[in-house]
Amino acid sequence: MALDFSKGIIEVRWHGRGGQGVVTSNQMMGKAALSEGNYIQAFPEFGPERTGAPVKAFLRISKSPIQLYAQIYQPNIVICIDPTLIDVMDVSEGLKKDGTLVLNTQMTPEETRKKLGLKTGKVVTVDAKAIAMQILGRPFYNMPTLAAAVKTTGAVKFETVINEVVSRYPGKVGELNKTAMERAASEAKVG
Amino acid sequence: MNVPIPASKWRVSDEMTAATKSSKTTESSSNIEGLTGDAAIARALKQCDIDVLSAYPITPQTIIVEDYQRFFADGEVKTKVIPVESEHSAMSACIGASAAGARVATTSASAGLALMWEVLYCASGLRLPIVLAVANRALSAPINIHNDWSDSYGARDSGFIQMYCQSCQEAYDTTIMSFKIAENHSVLLPAMVCIDGFILSHNVEHVELLPDEVVRDFIGIRDPAQVLDPDKPITIGPICFTDYYFEVKEQQDRAMKEVFRVYKEVESEFEKISGRSYGIYETYRTKDADIVLLTHSSPAGTAKAVVDALRDRGERVGLLRLKLFRPFPAAEIGKELASAKAVAVFEKCLSFGAAANPLALEVRTALYEQPKRPLVTDFVIGLGGRDVPPTVIVEGYNKTKQYLEKGKAPFYETLGVRK
Repeated sequence: MALDFSKGIIEVRWHGRGGQGVVTSNQMMGKAALSEGNYIQAFPEFGPERTGAPVKAFLRISKSPIQLYAQIYQPNIVICIDPTLIDVMDVSEGLKKDGTLVLNTQMTPEETRKKLGLKTGKVVTVDAKAIAMQILGRPFYNMPTLAAAVKTTGAVKFETVINEVVSRYPGKVGELNKTAMERAASEAKVG
Repeated sequence: MNVPIPASKWRVSDEMTAATKSSKTTESSSNIEGLTGDAAIARALKQCDIDVLSAYPITPQTIIVEDYQRFFADGEVKTKVIPVESEHSAMSACIGASAAGARVATTSASAGLALMWEVLYCASGLRLPIVLAVANRALSAPINIHNDWSDSYGARDSGFIQMYCQSCQEAYDTTIMSFKIAENHSVLLPAMVCIDGFILSHNVEHVELLPDEVVRDFIGIRDPAQVLDPDKPITIGPICFTDYYFEVKEQQDRAMKEVFRVYKEVESEFEKISGRSYGIYETYRTKDADIVLLTHSSPAGTAKAVVDALRDRGERVGLLRLKLFRPFPAAEIGKELASAKAVAVFEKCLSFGAAANPLALEVRTALYEQPKRPLVTDFVIGLGGRDVPPTVIVEGYNKTKQYLEKGKAPFYETLGVRK
């Protein structure tokens, strides 16, 4: 029997590239979970901070204090905000059998499953790039992908995350992100 | 330009403290925020109403100083913030300010702490209660900015109190307590508050902050034993050769031993205002344990998760998490571990050519006088920020079990490394 080191903890692993806001959106999701009364750990993979290089970030959410301090190898949720990463690495590595993979891509969940050879769990796809370019006018994929992840996994409430985003970016930036996130939540495909 | 400024001219006056105090009393009594270890320490320093913070602002500096500089720029603190050109100067400036009676803090890590080395001994030899927050990081070469304990373990003989924290909450709490412990007249020693670099310093966790006035009332204003005062000149740290140097060191050692008592007193007071306490060490499921894992900082948290998982499988295993490394609570730990069959030490430091590594050396010494000595294994883990997943701790546990059957273990070994 395999040992379970993370009982009662939701573990999330983010993939993206340096400069895409992986660390920020991970913290945003973490702070939303915190404001819902949870204990959290939100931390990046500690590597050289190079724009464009593959980066990871990790989030643990639990009802009780979290003791475990290590990277996440068997996540419940994987969120990948860069569509090109799946060609260079296995983002779903270690994903739990009942876990969820959330991907910013133009592919459908079925196409994604086929490409990654992923048979178990849940696959969520969202074209965060199109949404970001249309609404934000710039390639900020992180918030729309976060929205799709939150909406489809229920790890935290969608409204709480929106509140975090709006309070962190008051004014127009927050409002535009909110619009992009609402659209991403409604367009996310689950399969 | 070298006219000395008396402490009373730039020190936060009692009136100013009182004014801030009354304006803050309307705030809520408890406040939970998502903070990194660095941010948690910065907030604690802010509430501790420090008079001087002197630090070198560039790598390997922590975000603690970045945050504190922002508090200063925004006018939220009255502290004299002195950015200097090196860590050697940072500690030197702290020493001058502390000798003048100020409450003083600085922060560093890795090569920065190494550059402070010479002056660390001055801070402790002059009995100055400076608080130094350390986000533990490796030493070069090769260049590495990530976590291990080589920096502060290297400074273990510098006469600083060393407290190692497992969580961001504990980092916040310990920073507040550290001033009260260091400034106690039975102690009067500088203190390091250590957190694992990146693993804790950059990790956002649930942190419950105390109200400003509660912290202020708890730590009070520093009451220096003696001050540099131009009106009543004294000399501190003069030459002291064969006649009295040894006595000064004898006193320093005695002061260090007072820390056990003072730590417990301060913490029991702190528990009254916060409901939280940690102990000079913590035992986790050690009752009836055959094998006790022993470590501190973030691996101690991971080891708790390992203990839980192994206990579910029926293994008799527990954890002793050390908080105080200096002074080392040898007598208490010796008794605590005496009934175990084996103790598995996990440490993030390699002492090249030594019989074993710093933590295991202490543990073996602590156990030597016990009538039935447990077997001690020593595992070096996570150097240069190499991740320490629970499986590494399990591997050490399994090896210890095997050695126990054989009745013999190597002095130490490394885990999680290509060999």
